[in-house]
Order: sequence, then C-alpha cells, then structure tokens
Amino acid sequence: MNCIIIDDEAMARAIITQMISKDPDLKLAQEFSNAIPAIKFLNQDSAGADLIFLDIHMPDFTGFDFIQTIKNPPAVILITSDKNFATDAFEYDCIVDYIVKPITEDRFLKAVRKAKAHRVPEPAGAYAAPVAAPVAAAPLQDQPKDTATEFYVNIDRRLIKIDIASVNVVEAKGDYIHIKTEQKNYIVHSTLKKIEEKLPDSLFLKVHRTYIINTKKIIDIEDNSVLIGKDVIPVSRANRPELIKRLNML
Amino acid sequence: MEEPNLNYINELAGDDNDFRAVLIGVIKNELPAEINEYRGNLEAHNFNAAADNVHKLKHKISVMGMEQSYYLAEKFENNLKESSTLLQAEFGQLLMAMQGFAASL
Repeated sequence: MNCIIIDDEAMARAIITQMISKDPDLKLAQEFSNAIPAIKFLNQDSAGADLIFLDIHMPDFTGFDFIQTIKNPPAVILITSDKNFATDAFEYDCIVDYIVKPITEDRFLKAVRKAKAHRVPEPAGAYAAPVAAPVAAAPLQDQPKDTATEFYVNIDRRLIKIDIASVNVVEAKGDYIHIKTEQKNYIVHSTLKKIEEKLPDSLFLKVHRTYIINTKKIIDIEDNSVLIGKDVIPVSRANRPELIKRLNML
Repeated sequence: MEEPNLNYINELAGDDNDFRAVLIGVIKNELPAEINEYRGNLEAHNFNAAADNVHKLKHKISVMGMEQSYYLAEKFENNLKESSTLLQAEFGQLLMAMQGFAASL
C-alpha cells in the first residue's frame, strides 16, 4: 500500500515513518507538514496513495478540511492529540481508525490491519483513481457581483456552493486559494484576482497581496493586522487607508 | 511534579539507536522554538494561538513520558480557548522541566 503522512509535527512524522518501514506491505510515498501540498501530490501523482496517516489539528487547514476537499479519499488513519473528534471522525467512510498520540506500535499495527481490510480489491484491468482529477476553479456564473449571494467552486468535479456572506477570508497559496468560511475551509485551484472579481466590493476588501477579507467579519484591528475568527490577517500599508475608510467609526 | 524521561522513546526505538537519536534530535530542535512561540502568543494575549501551541506541545509531553502532565496541558489548552490563563504557572513549570531535560540529552 502506498502511504502518505500529513502531520505538522516532525516528531509524529518520524515515528509514523519508522513504523511504516517495519511493515513490508507499506510503502511511504511522501510525507507532508501541511495538507495543501498533499492535495497537489494526490492530484498530480497517478500512483496516489492507498492509505493516509492524517493529523486533525493543523494550522490553516484541518484534517477534516482535507478529507472534504478530496473526492474518493483512500483509507485514512487519523492520528491526533485530540480525543474529542472521535465521533466526528466516524462520520466519514474513509476513516478506518483513530489513534490518539502518543502512538504505540501495537496500536499502529491494529490500525493498519483495519486499513488493509478496508481496501476494496480492484477488478482486473480497471484503474480507479484514488483521488479525482485536478482541482479546478469552476467558471462562475456571470451574475453581477454586488447582487450575487453565492458562488460555486469546482472541487474534484463537484460543484460546491459557497454562501458569499459566510466567507471570512480568502488567502492565496501558490496556485491555489484557500477559502475560509464560518463552517468549512476549501482549497481551490484559482487565483485571488479571479475570486476578487466575484466577491461584492461592499463586503470584501483586498487588504494584502495574499488576502481578501470580509470586512463584516472583522473582530478587531490592531496596527497592521485584523482579527477575523481565529485568524490574524496582515494588512499592507497601501491597503490600510481603504480599510479604515470602510469602518463605521464612532 | 513528574520528571521528563525517555521511557516512551526507549520502548519505541528498542535497539535502534539511530532512530532514538532522530527522536531526541527532533525534541532538541523543535521544543525550544515551540516554547518560544507559545510564550510570545501568551504575552501578546493571542490565547487561541497559545492554545494551538499547547496542543502541539502535548505530544512532546507524552513523548517525554509525562502522562499526568498531559492532562494538565489538556486542561490548560481548554482554559486558553476560553481566554483564561488558569494553570499558566503550573504549565510554565512543566515547560521549564522539559527544557532542562531536553538540554541535558
């Protein structure tokens, strides 16, 4: 089984790598310290992965965000320091086990046995891609942006509706944009410029080269940053005057 | 207070001294930076970010064999999520012990 590890902790990655190396049926294809390059890897590498060792609690993009972003995810073993997500975890068919750190060898082997049993044999000659085709931004409908209430993004051939008012922040990350809403986060292959054209100016403002924010979601502003939800977003000097102008100051 | 130890690492590594060295190297490299980040966030009253730092440190605490201290960290992490610094002093002592131990490795 081809495996990948997604965990922001080097310690966890080292331990999982060691345990994988002891099982001749497992082959470590790649390890990642965050989920975004892993999505790129799964979209680009035809061999993909049969099994993912996935941390839940990572900065920017959680393990659950990751699972929701990929279509037909392979078997996933969650490895986390948090016991509180066990119930959520089993909402996903792809999650075969949930290990609380620190990982012991017995617990690891038990989880891997479950993953092996979970694997459905492919019919001869058939190739089922473990993840879907590259993520691509959907052509958004030509609706006047100031009256639009939602937009659609194409993630793994699914058109997902995003309620514009629920968007907190959009961050550019290389070839992708990271859309953070009140409930979920999405990684979409697109640019900040493209999404800026779809978001109403009355609500959204580009405050930094890599960030567009929903100004209604600002909790506070301090020096050159704004707090939105749990995220501290930088505000560039050039964009600060426009931001201040938008505020309903007492 | 519980003392940090290498019981978990020794059990995991067995006779594999190279792997033991890798894990100790990770502790020595990562722990000071993680503690500094936590302290900076706490000082700036970025409690959610500090809670994330404590969350990450919990794994180091368990890797360093401190089972009871793990629960202290868990409670403190929850306090920080509620913008409370209750247990800060106890957690600070724990970090000092971990730092001292990591430096001695």
